[in-house]
Parts: sequence; C-alpha cells; structure tokens
Amino acid sequence: MDALDLARWQFGVTTVYHFLFVPLTIGLGVFVAGLQTAWHRTGKDQYLKLTKFFGKLFLINFAMGVVTGLVQEFQFGMNWSEYSTFVGDVFGAPLAMEALLAFFMESTFLGLWIFGWDRLPKKAHLACIWAAAIGSNISAYFILAANAWMKHPVGYQVVDGRARMTDLWAVLTNSTALAQVPHVVAAAFIVAGGFVLAVCGFWLLKTRDGMWRSAARGALVMTALAGALVGLTGDMSAKLMYEQQPMKLASAEGLAHDTAGAGFSVVPGVEIPKVLSFLATNDPGATVQGVEDLQKRFEQQFGPGDYRPDQTIVFWSFRLMIGFGLVTAGLSVLGLWLTRRRRELPGWLSRLFLLALPLPLLAVTAGWLLSEIGRQPWTVAGELLTASSVSPGVSLAEVATSLTIFTLLYGALAVAEVVIMTRHVRKGVEEPDQAPASERLEPSLTY
Amino acid sequence: MIEFWFVLIAFLWTGYFVLEGFDFGVGLLAPLIARDPNEQRQSLQTIGPVWDGNEVWVITAVGAMFAAFPAWYAGLFSAFYLPVTLILVGLIVRGVGLEWRGKVNNPLWCDLGIVVGSALPAFLWGSIFADLVFDSPVAALLGGAFALSVFTLHGAVFLALRTTGAVRDRARVAALVASGVAVPVAAVALTRFGTPPALAALAALAGAAALIWRRREGWAFAATAGAIVLATLAVFVELRGAPLPGLTLAEAASGPYTLKMMTWIGLLTLPFVLVYQGWTYWVFRRRVTPVAA
Repeated sequence: MDALDLARWQFGVTTVYHFLFVPLTIGLGVFVAGLQTAWHRTGKDQYLKLTKFFGKLFLINFAMGVVTGLVQEFQFGMNWSEYSTFVGDVFGAPLAMEALLAFFMESTFLGLWIFGWDRLPKKAHLACIWAAAIGSNISAYFILAANAWMKHPVGYQVVDGRARMTDLWAVLTNSTALAQVPHVVAAAFIVAGGFVLAVCGFWLLKTRDGMWRSAARGALVMTALAGALVGLTGDMSAKLMYEQQPMKLASAEGLAHDTAGAGFSVVPGVEIPKVLSFLATNDPGATVQGVEDLQKRFEQQFGPGDYRPDQTIVFWSFRLMIGFGLVTAGLSVLGLWLTRRRRELPGWLSRLFLLALPLPLLAVTAGWLLSEIGRQPWTVAGELLTASSVSPGVSLAEVATSLTIFTLLYGALAVAEVVIMTRHVRKGVEEPDQAPASERLEPSLTY
Repeated sequence: MIEFWFVLIAFLWTGYFVLEGFDFGVGLLAPLIARDPNEQRQSLQTIGPVWDGNEVWVITAVGAMFAAFPAWYAGLFSAFYLPVTLILVGLIVRGVGLEWRGKVNNPLWCDLGIVVGSALPAFLWGSIFADLVFDSPVAALLGGAFALSVFTLHGAVFLALRTTGAVRDRARVAALVASGVAVPVAAVALTRFGTPPALAALAALAGAAALIWRRREGWAFAATAGAIVLATLAVFVELRGAPLPGLTLAEAASGPYTLKMMTWIGLLTLPFVLVYQGWTYWVFRRRVTPVAA
C-alpha cells in the first residue's frame, strides 16, 4: 500500500460518492422547473404543491452535490500534481469554463429561486429555476468534455513534457465527449425519474390522490425517453470504444484474443454469436481485438508494463450497468403501458417503483467504474500513466489522513441526507393556506 | 498575457475574500448575536440567497489557476495538503449546515457546522497565503488570525447593514469588539509587508472601526471591503515574482494559445456573471426584518 493506491482510493470514493448526488441535481432540477411551468400554464394547485415538495427534496440533495464537488476541484492539485501540471493547459480550460459558465449561473439563480418566491415577478421567478437547471446541465457538458479528453486526448501537442492545447474546439467537440455527454446526462434523468417514481410509489401505496399519479406519469415519460437515449448513446460509445479504447472494450467483454465475428458474452459461458462485432462496428464479421494481443502490441508501442485494467471489475461493471439500466427503463415502459389512457396504477406497480430509486444509482456507479477503471493504467490514454500522475511530495500519511477524514465525513453525511430526505418524503406536500406567501413559503424552503 | 492572467486570478481571489468574507463572519457570529431561533434565522437570511454564489468565486479562482498556471495550482495544493483538506471539511459542513438547518427538527448540528465551517476556512486561507509570502509558522498563525478577525469584522458590519432591530444593534457591538481585535492584529500583520497597499488596508480597517462607531454602516462596509481588497492586493504583489518558492509565473503558465482562448471566454462571460450576481444583491437589498414570533 503506498500513497498512489490511497490517492486512487480517495479519487474513487469521492468521485463515486459525488456522482450519487449530481445526477439527481441534473435531472430533478429540470423536473421541478417542469412542474413549476405546469403550474404557471394550468394554474392548478397540485402543481404548485408538487413544485414545493420536490423543490425541497431537490435542495436537500443539491447541497450535497455542491460540497462534494468542491473536493473534486482541489483534489487534482492535492493528490495528482504531476497529472495537473501535465494536463492543466488542456484539462484546466473546461474546468474554468464550467465555473464561469455554469456554476455561477446555477448557484446565483438557485439562490434567487429559493428566496425569491414573493420578491420576484412570477415569470422571472420561473426563469430562475430554469436558469439553475440549465446551469447544472451545462456543467455536466464541460466536466465530461474534460473527462473524455483523458480517454481520448485530442487538440494538443506534448511540448517539454507538458500537454499544450492547440485546438480548443477539438477538445470541446471530441467525439468521445459528444457520445458521453448525452449518455451521462440521460442517465442522470433516469436517476431523477427513478427517484420521483419511488417517492410517488411510496405515496400511491397510502393514498389515491391524483396528484401523485400526475407526477408519476411525468417521471415515467422522462425515464422512458431518457432510457431510449441512454441506449442509443451507449451504442455510440461502444463503437467509439472499439476505435479509441480497444483495451477497455476487450476487458469489458472478457475477450482474450483478437477474434473475427466476436460474440457477446451475457455472463461467462453464455454467448450470443457475432453480436459484439456487430455492436462495435455494425459488421457481424469484423475483428475485435483481444486483451492479450493488445497487451503485446502495447508493450511494443510503450515499452514493458501491464496495460490491462482490472479484468473482473471492468467485465462485471459493464454488465451491471446495462442490467440495472435496462430494468429501470423497462419498468418505466411497463408503467406507461399500464397507466395508458388514465388507467389506475396497480398497487404492485407502486411497490416496484420503490426499486427505481436504487437501481439507476447502481447503474451509474457501475458505469463510472467501467469508464474509469477501464481507462487504467493511464490517466491520459497513451500519454501519462496513473503511476506517474500522483503528487511526488505528498506522503502516505497525508493521503491516509485526508482519505480517512473524507470517508468518515461522507459516511456521516450520507446517513444525515437519508434521514432528512426520508422525513420530508414522509411529511408529504404542504397544503397552501391563507397566509401571505412570504410566511407560508419561507420557513419550508429557506432557513 | 501571463501577467493579465495573474491579475485576473488575483481579482478572482479578491472577489472571493470580499464576498465570502462576510459570509464567514455572519456564519460564525450568528449564534453569538442571536438570542433566539428567530433571530438566528434572521441573521442567516442576510447571506442565504448569496453565499453559494459567493463560494463559486473560489471555484473559479482555482479553476482559472488550473487552466492558466497548472504548475502553480498543482504545487500550491499539494504543498498545503492538510490545511486544504481542513478547508474542504469546513466548506462541506458549512454548506450542508446552511442548506439543511431549515429542514431538520433540531438545527444544533447544522449551526455547529456553520460556525466551524466558517471559522476554519477563514483562518486557514489567511495562514496559507501568509505562509506563501513569508514562509514562516509565525507568519502563518498571524495571517490566520488576521483573516479570521477581519472576516468577523466584515461579517458583523454586513449584518448591521442588512438587518433591523435587536440583531442590528448587537451586530454593531460585535463589530466594535471585532475591530478591537482586528486592528491590532492587522497592525502587526500588515506592517510586515510594509507596502503601500498593506498600509492602506490598515488605514481602511481603522476607518471602518470609526465609521461603525458613528453608525455609518454602509461606509463601514465599504471600508472593510476595501481593507480586504487592499490586503489581498498586498499578497499578490508579493507573489508576482514567484507564486511558489522556486517557480516563476512563466514556468507555471499554460501556453499562449490556451491563455488567449481563456481570455476571450473570460472577457465574454465575466461581465454577465457580475451583472446577474449584482442583480441578486439588488433584489435582496431590503434589510431583513425580525421574524414575527
């Protein structure tokens, strides 16, 4: 165990944890904005109540996304100073743009939305939640563009041991990013849709209030559409992976040797012939490179070393991602079918909806494990090894200290978040009473 | 171009310290000034709509350092590893404390988080920058004490400026007490610099104390804000030759292409940010009145 291992653990723990809250922020923000828009359009009380209710849950979660994101911003410099120095010229730019173009917008307009219920004109107030929600989605674009560059570096040149950007546009329109951004954002909408479904499922088991059915219908539509997009962009990503990250693809498939007409193994031993080749290239006869053959080629290209990522994790995370994602998307399609033309939602379906909360979160977590462990042993594919990225001056004790502190703190906060969230879900919507807006709203949404 | 980015980063850090400075001050003073939960809420409502936006200044400052001076960013945060870890812990517990306190039955834990999470980063930012300039533990302690006391004063003045009733009166007293600490500490800390901006910062702090005594809250706030601007300026003037020991700006900097691109993006977006953040302060310009019991 050395500082490198712990630094990797720290990155894994803090990033996976961060991404439990982020997708909910991305998707739920838009959902709440949609509810408030529905209230403006129809004037129906139920949409106002739902806006407040889900708005509160959104804010409880938003706080966690923000504070865990802070750690990410500093962590590259703290634990990965060699990486940061090497890539800053290219990688830092989208991060700075994220802050300038997205974070300011998100935080400022969310503040206006929370405290502006009775201080802003109605339309301006609605615009604020949209601005905040759009800000979250813009931030996803920039950070994913930065991430995509690590896997498929473009628009740069290495000069004096540092990557120098030569084409910002190429970095921002990296084919890897253009496939990954919609894939991850759509996954975020599935997480948010699943969350709303679970909350509605909980309430529909207690009451027959039509309000929860409307919300569930909205979430079903959102989840099903996002599910289709996730599948489509996942397919795009697989094709790009074939060209750009063959080792990841081979590891995800457990394909040892270069194979023409490669089959897709559902689980070890169960294989559908030719499907992998077809998925990767649209040609069932195409040759897909295998792990061991790639290893030989990489040794020739980059010198001696082990260029294989952890085979077990990459193989299984790929299957879990697809499996959990498919079940959630299937659940939403089933839900849409069963509630067609205002049909009553069966009780067993409400119970199943409760699963829509954990399943997509497991899917996105598996997806990130596939994506980032599959990238190993590189931080920047073909350019910089993870082992050469770590901060040389940071001791094992220092990384161990920060890892311990963050893990304990994150554990405690997870418990707190779940307790607070559960309490507010159980409390349900608050009836709008006759009191003036300021007194009615501020205690619940603000301090 | 390199100098321009250094100035821009100095500007972002200055904005951060001026804006989040009063958040920190209000956060750690609120439980001392408030006598009951309603006054506590009233105090925190003064920063409620804006603190998160203020915090984005540090994210932008750090992001800009990463993009424009990667070696500075990497060297700084790996060198000050444990203080930065503690700053992050502080900002985390403060952020969730502020967002969650209205949504729990007993906000005691949240309030504790807000106080610790305001005091810790305030102190540690001061000591990191002082250590960077003077490279001595004494200077680091002094820098921490300076930042903590000045941000407390800045927050007290802000609270007096933005509230009415008992909270406003007590905030004024707190500001007078805080200036009793901040001015002597600043006198020691800033004369070590001996440069014009540092001495002007000291004068501004003394002026702030006099202005709050005469109940000129708006002017007093301008004075504490000015003192923070000048003190940050003093720090960055010292750092311009070598932002880290043994590292020049040119060595730390990104290539001309990146700097040019980032300049365009910065110049096109920052004015909008300033306008809509300014608008937030305009929307919430009215003093926060005591909550009816």
